[in-house]
Amino acid sequence: MQAVNNNPVPLLETRGLQKYFKVPKGMLHAVDGVNLSIPHQRTLGVVGESGCGKSTLGRTILRLLEATGGEVLFEGENILTYDKKQMHRMRREMQIIFQDPYSSINPRMSVVEIIAEYMIVHKIYPTQQQAFQRAAELMDFVGLARRYANAYPHELDGGRRQRIGIARALSLNPKFIVCDEPVSALDVSIQAQILNLLMDIQDEMGLTYMFITHDLSVVKHISDEILVMYLGQCVEHCGSDELFENPLHPYTKALLSAIPEPDITMRGKEIRAIRGEVTSPINPPPGCRFASRCEHACERCHRETPPLCEVGPRHFVACHLVKGEPVHV
Amino acid sequence: MGETATVLREEHIEFKKPNQLKEIWRRLKKDKLAMFGLIVILLIIVMAVCANFAADYEAVIKLNTKIRLQPPSTEHLFGTDSYGRDIFARCLYGARMSLAIGFFSAVLATVCGSLIGAMTGYIGGRLDSIIMRFLDIVSAIPSTLLALAVVAAMGSGVMKLCLALSFTAIPGFVRIVRSAVLGIADQEYIEACRAGGTSTWRILTRHILPNAIGPVIVQGTMEVSTMIRTIATLSFLGLGINPPTPEWGALISEAKEFLRTCPSMMLFPAGMLCLTAFSISVFGDGLRDALDPRLKS
Amino acid sequence: MNEALLEVKDLTVKYVTDLETVHAVNRISFSLGRGQTIGLVGETGAGKTTTALSIMRLLPERTGKVTGGEIRFAGQDLLAMPEHEMQAIRGEKIAMIFQDPMTSLNPVMTVGDQIAEALDLHNDQGRSREQIQERVDEVLSMVGIPPQRKSEYPHQFSGGMKQRVVIAIALACEPELLIADEPTTALDVTIQAQVISMIRELRDRLQTAMIMITHDLGIVAQTCDNVAVMYAGALIEIGSAEDIFLGGDHHPYTVGLFGSIPNLRSKAKRLTPIPGLMPDPTHLPEGCSFSPRCPHATEQCRTAPPAVYTRGSHRICCHLFADREGWKEDA
Repeated sequence: MQAVNNNPVPLLETRGLQKYFKVPKGMLHAVDGVNLSIPHQRTLGVVGESGCGKSTLGRTILRLLEATGGEVLFEGENILTYDKKQMHRMRREMQIIFQDPYSSINPRMSVVEIIAEYMIVHKIYPTQQQAFQRAAELMDFVGLARRYANAYPHELDGGRRQRIGIARALSLNPKFIVCDEPVSALDVSIQAQILNLLMDIQDEMGLTYMFITHDLSVVKHISDEILVMYLGQCVEHCGSDELFENPLHPYTKALLSAIPEPDITMRGKEIRAIRGEVTSPINPPPGCRFASRCEHACERCHRETPPLCEVGPRHFVACHLVKGEPVHV
Repeated sequence: MGETATVLREEHIEFKKPNQLKEIWRRLKKDKLAMFGLIVILLIIVMAVCANFAADYEAVIKLNTKIRLQPPSTEHLFGTDSYGRDIFARCLYGARMSLAIGFFSAVLATVCGSLIGAMTGYIGGRLDSIIMRFLDIVSAIPSTLLALAVVAAMGSGVMKLCLALSFTAIPGFVRIVRSAVLGIADQEYIEACRAGGTSTWRILTRHILPNAIGPVIVQGTMEVSTMIRTIATLSFLGLGINPPTPEWGALISEAKEFLRTCPSMMLFPAGMLCLTAFSISVFGDGLRDALDPRLKS
Repeated sequence: MNEALLEVKDLTVKYVTDLETVHAVNRISFSLGRGQTIGLVGETGAGKTTTALSIMRLLPERTGKVTGGEIRFAGQDLLAMPEHEMQAIRGEKIAMIFQDPMTSLNPVMTVGDQIAEALDLHNDQGRSREQIQERVDEVLSMVGIPPQRKSEYPHQFSGGMKQRVVIAIALACEPELLIADEPTTALDVTIQAQVISMIRELRDRLQTAMIMITHDLGIVAQTCDNVAVMYAGALIEIGSAEDIFLGGDHHPYTVGLFGSIPNLRSKAKRLTPIPGLMPDPTHLPEGCSFSPRCPHATEQCRTAPPAVYTRGSHRICCHLFADREGWKEDA
């Protein structure tokens, strides 16, 4: 157990982070000027629909994709300027857990080999057997019986495979983990087991998470703060409870009302289904990117990009209709 | 802590990789056709290696016009050829040449082809375009013609012949491995490797190639039979192995004039060639399946 | 509800291969009235899709076998029907929507042609070509796609739009029963909301009976009149939506399922998952198949399969209800 860290410098911060992809039709703005900060041992949930750039954001922060612009500060240092050697060391500090428990682990390696792979690559232990021994301890830790150590991934179900992915991510004792939809491919009862496991690990190892998901009800359980993304931009960012009690951006409101709730007394509830579908992220015109689907959109929304404004204590919204102090970076 | 606490610490477990070879052998044994192929290949290899004991090399090259063009008999199992040489002995010694050249050039092509293919597929970019365009040019030339050209440029000789043969096979190989690698490179476990700081070389050799092994094995074994057939073609055209050195293609070539009068002269070497090529192909298919741990059951 | 449109009785389905026998569906019974919607809920491998495929008679030919029970649709026994009669029913009387809209459309045919094809196959009314085209326009606008887009190909549509096309094809012949197998799982929430409200509206307008297969209790709550919960091929609880969502008595698995879903309203951070995993369908445990994971399991649960206990429309298959007040054993 680690003591709660009151370090004023957030563990991770991004400033104006951009990632564009060149596509035949122009530039695809996958992540466009995202500012976020995650304090030590906290969880930031990143929510959005497919194609909103949430996975790209996670991968750009980890430098699995090279950013087009902006900064990624890890404990105050811009890791985007790191050279290959520095970055190799940095890999020990930040890890990722993937969505698909089937394609994220090598089908030709045994469970213990998969978990020990990073430790072998980073030469943490002098011998391979010691790395395997540590991998077995990690298996205990994530609730995977040791008898599967020599098994191959295809012999295991999705939930167990996801535990392998978690053990692998923990193997280098990282401080920060990007969880990219770690439970969306799992059945509900398994999903709950994995979510609880992730929370337990966080407490025990003092981890900081960035939890990427499209499922708002999952993110509520695990996050301290939530960032809502739409077409590569942050539209709302605030505390988890605040977001559910007092959503301000029209997109957040629509997203919340779209969740079908397991409660038949809510059946009469009018689903405020937003019109239309996500517009193209390729060469987006100026203005609010949600404007074409927003029922409150006015002429200004189509002309001017709304800045992210602080409208309450640590509650940021990017909408012309919500008044607040613009945030300067 | 939840499910974690419920897991009992189990006693020390040995992390021996389940003996891979034993596993593969166990799976291979189940495939009847592949086993047939393997047995035939082994038989032919043993026969080729032990050719000395069956017949003297003398019998292979010494002319004896008294007994020319005889049909199979107890004395000459496969009969004799137009110079009175024992065809069985010639086939055996020919197998040495054909198999050695076939295997060696196929292995060479496999190693070079898969490394180049994996590199172009995984690293991509300009390197990929340059290599692929070059290979496009190479593969635009018919392979026999290319082999002829290489032989003509480098001069003849068994070693040079091998190089020429594997050179013609590389483009096809690269293409197959490259497309397999492209599919694998997209998988999240490769991304996971990068997130863990695994070097490009280790990703290629430890994560990508083992997963691309299926098509590599199949193509590799196919290449062996292709090579044996190509060398036969070259010899048939008089450009491979020079007489009187026996080689299957050369034997078939010599037999073509006597197809009507003495069909056994053509039949036996051609039969050996076909049987070998077939056995290698079915064995390759079986091996591919046996190498895949996902098909364990 | 006077006469049921669909009646499934003791349906048992097995997948038999040389190596093993998968007990996919084990003696399930339910019925569905005209215009009603039943939700089939359960996790992967619970047998939901197998049930649907048995009703459509689309089980994989070599391996899937209905080994017992009957399926009656509008009084006819579907299982005894010759294949050519079944073909006439499929698509016209019973239609099915699959989970993945990306793969259930033909990529080289225009959307309009695909709907027209469905109409042409079941053209009892002797519609002319023009009438079919009119109907195509009508169906497309019904699902919210401008009819002008009918000459486009599937790849020109987004995921949500494709699922609308799939629904349009399914509804083109105005079937009496629509089977929707996870129709929105592949879609984003906002698009899911659009599609669900559209399905609901069309169902009410066309009076189509519907089987909604899903793992999402939220969707069930929003769309279904009756709910059937499946576990390891068995129907462990069935009842009206009120019984399931408001009632106090539940099968322990249903309780676990509700405990597993993150609730938007509750403040609780920890979820209460069901421990363990679904049993291997090739070797189902003796007695109640949920007993290895059940917190209330007794010796009896591990040895004897439970009977069905009923209270009004609510039916639960669990030993715990043997002597609970108000619950009667079903004959």
